[in-house]
Amino acid sequence: MSATIAPALIAEDLGKRYGKRWALASCSLDVPAGSVTALVGPNGAGKTTLLHLAAGLLRPSTGRVEVLGGDPARDLGLLPRIGLVAQDMPLYRGLTVRETLRLGHKLNPRWDGAMAIERLRQLSIDLDQKVGTLSGGQRAQIALVVALGKRPELLLLDEPLAALDPLARREFMQTLMQSAADGGLTIVLSSHLIVDLERVCDHLVLVAAGRLQLADDIDALLASHKVLVGPRPTGAIAGVADVVDEARGGRQASMVVRVDGPIHDPRWMVEDVALEEVVLAYLSQAQEAASVRRPHALDVVGAVS
Amino acid sequence: MAVVFRLSSQSGVSAYLQIAKQVRTAMQLGLLQPGDQLPTVKEVVGTLAINPNTVLKAYQLLEHQGLVEGRQGQGTFVSVALPGPSPTQQASLRRSLDRWVRSAFDVGLDAEGIAAMVDDRLHEMTIEDIA
Repeated sequence: MSATIAPALIAEDLGKRYGKRWALASCSLDVPAGSVTALVGPNGAGKTTLLHLAAGLLRPSTGRVEVLGGDPARDLGLLPRIGLVAQDMPLYRGLTVRETLRLGHKLNPRWDGAMAIERLRQLSIDLDQKVGTLSGGQRAQIALVVALGKRPELLLLDEPLAALDPLARREFMQTLMQSAADGGLTIVLSSHLIVDLERVCDHLVLVAAGRLQLADDIDALLASHKVLVGPRPTGAIAGVADVVDEARGGRQASMVVRVDGPIHDPRWMVEDVALEEVVLAYLSQAQEAASVRRPHALDVVGAVS
Repeated sequence: MAVVFRLSSQSGVSAYLQIAKQVRTAMQLGLLQPGDQLPTVKEVVGTLAINPNTVLKAYQLLEHQGLVEGRQGQGTFVSVALPGPSPTQQASLRRSLDRWVRSAFDVGLDAEGIAAMVDDRLHEMTIEDIA
């Protein structure tokens, strides 16, 4: 958590283009070492592209991505230190759980078989059952345990909760957070829903339309944003750095704002903001920006200080 | 485990403050006494499925308030007794509160109005305490 530890992931002006379409453009951000970072954005926002660039599966079209101090697309020595749980959780359905673990052992130099078996035992998963006969929640747990068995320093998870029911989600997060508690692990997990991740993450990276909207510590975000309810503003309000989103109803306005000081103006009621409101405010701002095609006003918020 | 934490997503209070408050309440009720160990970070995240830093933050807050102490490699332990009012004192407080609530009803305040007034007074009096 100290500022002297190098970030686990650094993106600088990172972009990936497929033909004429930019899946991700001019993205600059840091993921602090030891953080649990939520990568949030609508479907098609560029989340998977960012994770695949970080895992070395894709090469950038512009800029660079540095992971654990190296270039994941060139430095093969990095790969055992990066775990990726892909969206479809690819597993060999014809193998038993035990055979799946044996495969993990053969493919990974730093394999921690004892941990993997212990976790599966806690989850009462039968090692001799075929993977294809297990429930979706159990298969997700196996994909997670195999990724953790590598003993990665950076674990990337692409929409890990999408196909899971609420109970399976909770069990999945219990396993993941226990590994985080062991230390030495940075986790980035994507979802199109922030509510899925609010409890588990301490950092937020928000992408929309291939662009970075926000990257910051979640407590800092909640402290630096407020909801103002009152008349529609005609000029600047002292203490407000930026109106992120505004909902108008007649004369009254409800605004999500970024603050840079205390707001004492008695015309507005100042309320704390929920993380979901901040996310929605930035997403709707991104949508407006994309529709008028003006240069992006928010790139400056990208770098985490 | 001496205490089991639970979190409400409706309350709007951050998770670490909810955990810290539950420890204080357990201490006031005598469920946690000096020397008792708080659940380890791993135990808490294993049940609540929350970020380990949230638990650390709650324990750091309690440590800062002088209520618990972290022992290197062992865990976090309750370091002081935090006695609440005795059963007799609680009963007497409840009686005077009942009288006040009845008089508020008598002048036409409803439950919501009473709660708002109590909130308001608590808020002001706590601010005065800090100042």
